[in-house]
Amino acid sequence: MDWQGQKVAEQLMQLLLLASAVMAFVTGYIMGSFQTMILIYAGGVVLTALIVVPNWPCFNRHPLRWLDPLEAEKHPKPPPPPPVASKKSKAKK
Amino acid sequence: MHSFGFRANAVLTFGITILAFICAMASVSDNFNSPRPSAEIQILNINWFQKQHGNDEASLTMNITADLQSLFTWNTKQVFVFIAAEYETPKNALNQVSLWDAIIPAKEHAKFWVQTANKYRFVDQGNNLRGKHFNLTLHWHVMPKTGKMFANKLVIPGYRLPEEYR
Repeated sequence: MDWQGQKVAEQLMQLLLLASAVMAFVTGYIMGSFQTMILIYAGGVVLTALIVVPNWPCFNRHPLRWLDPLEAEKHPKPPPPPPVASKKSKAKK
Repeated sequence: MHSFGFRANAVLTFGITILAFICAMASVSDNFNSPRPSAEIQILNINWFQKQHGNDEASLTMNITADLQSLFTWNTKQVFVFIAAEYETPKNALNQVSLWDAIIPAKEHAKFWVQTANKYRFVDQGNNLRGKHFNLTLHWHVMPKTGKMFANKLVIPGYRLPEEYR
């Protein structure tokens, strides 16, 4: 998920959860049924999780463009240091 | 950091926070309900009235008619009702003796009529009951699905026990 996708996912989560809560409360209150409220809200949470949690392709439309690796080529990596004798620590004990 | 688990956690925690909030709102909405319950209790008979081990004890048969439907809202789980005999003695300003109780599980059962003897013993602390004027009070506790519990009562005055044991 790219930066833009993360922002959209986060806002979408808040919006969907709040909307389903409002819808659940209003419907439950009008119908006079607490159970209806809980069921609608539970459905809203599951739907939100399905939309927001997986890494859908639509959250990856703005990939980061890194600079070309010019600098890295100019300064090559130093060779690895020679291996050190590892007996020292054991002998001290 | 924006991994699958991170987003799942975010949905769950925010979802539960909002759930707590709507439950609180449901409890608040109970305050807009202004119940008008009605009840009538008739004492059909004093079955017996004696002094046992120094304490007065009576047995009554009551006819209870009540309409408690207006206590129920969408956030009500059940209603607990009990009838208490309330009277004054020289020692105690208020004596309360529970005579009968019931749990009403749904609005459909809240309008009822029962004829019953007292379920719990009507015993005084002492022997003050002869000729005693007393109230029968219908107490109720509304138990909600979420949030605050409400309690109230309806006092029905004007009952009297006989002057003599029988």
